[in-house]
Amino acid sequence: MTADGPGGVVTGASDDHGASDPGAARPDDGVPAPDDGRYGFPERLWRSVAEHRPPGVPSTGAFRSPLRGPWLTSVFGFLLLISLPLVALTGLLDFIAYGPRLHQSIPGNVGFLHLPFFDWPTRPAWLFQATEGLHVTLGLVLVPVVLAKLWSVMPKLFTWPPLRSVADLLERLSLVMIVGGIVFEMATGILNIQYDYLFGFNFYTAHYFGAWVFMTGFVVHVAFKFPTMVRSLRSRSLVAELRTPLADTVPEASDEDGLVPTDPAAPTISRRGALALVGGGSLLVAVLTVGQSIGGVAREAALLIPRGRSYGNGPNDFQVNKTAVAASIEPSATGPSWRLSLTGGSAEVTLDRVTLMAMHQHTADLPIACVEGWSSTQRWTGVRLADLARLAGVPDPSKAHVQSLEGGGGFSEAWLQGNQVLDPDALLALCVNGVDLSPDHGYPARVIVPALPGVHCTKWVRSIEFVR
Amino acid sequence: MGAATDRARRRYGAHPLHLLTLLASFALVGYVISQLGVHSLWNDKVWWQSIIVWFLGAIVLHDLVLFPFYALADRSLGAGWRAVTGRAPQVTPAVSPRNYLRIPTMASGLLLLLFFPGIIQQGSASYQRATGLTQQPYLGRWLLLTGAFFAASAVAYAVRTVQVRRRGAESEAAGPSVVPADAAAPSGTEASSGGATC
Repeated sequence: MTADGPGGVVTGASDDHGASDPGAARPDDGVPAPDDGRYGFPERLWRSVAEHRPPGVPSTGAFRSPLRGPWLTSVFGFLLLISLPLVALTGLLDFIAYGPRLHQSIPGNVGFLHLPFFDWPTRPAWLFQATEGLHVTLGLVLVPVVLAKLWSVMPKLFTWPPLRSVADLLERLSLVMIVGGIVFEMATGILNIQYDYLFGFNFYTAHYFGAWVFMTGFVVHVAFKFPTMVRSLRSRSLVAELRTPLADTVPEASDEDGLVPTDPAAPTISRRGALALVGGGSLLVAVLTVGQSIGGVAREAALLIPRGRSYGNGPNDFQVNKTAVAASIEPSATGPSWRLSLTGGSAEVTLDRVTLMAMHQHTADLPIACVEGWSSTQRWTGVRLADLARLAGVPDPSKAHVQSLEGGGGFSEAWLQGNQVLDPDALLALCVNGVDLSPDHGYPARVIVPALPGVHCTKWVRSIEFVR
Repeated sequence: MGAATDRARRRYGAHPLHLLTLLASFALVGYVISQLGVHSLWNDKVWWQSIIVWFLGAIVLHDLVLFPFYALADRSLGAGWRAVTGRAPQVTPAVSPRNYLRIPTMASGLLLLLFFPGIIQQGSASYQRATGLTQQPYLGRWLLLTGAFFAASAVAYAVRTVQVRRRGAESEAAGPSVVPADAAAPSGTEASSGGATC
């Protein structure tokens, strides 16, 4: 990629290569664009726009990278066309995982803006781990590709005249959806997974509706540009490009969109080198993030994100989401006086921890997976929720309401679907990895259900209401 | 039909389907905003924490801040290099260091862009509430990674320089013509460029 800036300020400095007339103004510098007479209605308006180019708008001649062109843009576009729908789909699935029919999705009311509702399954147990892990990891991995795609089309932002017709005006407006959308989604996502709530607004709400604006712009853009993309991809052979070294790298044939520079600089990197650079950036991000989702030794490579950290080697030394201190859990409330209340049947059933420990214990290896994309699989032991439902007198509940000792605040309570209560591995866990839960992991008891989002695996449980 | 379509096309600037698609998309975005609630777009207390400011600000930040910044930085790198080698042509190296500076800088910059909250310890209170840990290690880790990128680049540059010199010496011994650095550079990593253009 050769240097180019939007400022005519610095272009003079790099004029020593290939230019036969150094120092001379570039063809369209300050001169109204050649008028090819193709203006829509109202013609006078568009013509006048073309003639009034504001100072400071860089000429398209300021963009000199010999790599820019429809083929390169289409390669990036093609990659995003395949991958971004996966990010969108996993995001929409995770909205369902939060249980919109139990009124606990965020945002709550989205009208028609959702996938068809269905009961989130409990199998495979790694379902939410996979969808959310893919959503976050792929979203991060695509940042270099998105930046490269935006770099490749940057001359179009500064084309003058920017508009020749109402069609141009509307299409440029639609680009606000796709460009604003993708940068907004990536920025809010990147901040949220690092617990940096700089934006101040509700993350879920903004990220969800922002995604719909982005998806709208994306579909429109694909509808308009798909033929161009196919044509451009066919204009050069990928295999041939991968065999072309720097010395043989030449600009693409000039295009009507003005991506290919009119006054190209000498290349400083080949096209395959630029592709390798973008791919290398994505690979670097993948290596540094995937460990938070898949765990094991890979977690040690997740050097820069919150969930790559080690807590130690003890049985309770795995990722914490909200500490007991942050949840204002008083130690006195979790001591011998703690009782679990089960309601929904003919009479309330109250159990202490000793009684719970004396009940049939079941052990299951299940992941805790969170909206930030991280997860951690542990061996949980406790009483089956199905057994508790039977004890409460509601053997076949349609749903259950779990409440925490945590007073108020987000996720201090959760609703479970019937299938989530009755799954044989759905537990009120008392122990993890063979020892009592630590306070940060929900002592005296916490819910753990296969494929359930981590925030709904309520910690410090005080009551469960089973609904027939 | 054909003539009518042509006339519409000329006046509007594109096929009528273009207009219909865009109107449908604008209506859908209007619906999205109505579901969000127009009032939710704006924060009365802290204007810059508004959804609409972040959405439009995202475009401005990328197109008018980030892009000009990296483009100018890259241009300055090239211009600075030319200024140095222009004054002292005798020390112009056989292999341009441009990409050996660019690539580790881009890698380090990418990581800063993605993981700056931990690196500059922003949001430390919510980080600690969620994880029970502090963000203390991240700055050091990022600096170590940056150091590793530049060190790896230095090794690659040294290897390439030796290769180019050796080939130059070989071809000088074989005949009078000197293989230009560009042509002599192995094409695997593409990290080399002509000394003349940098």
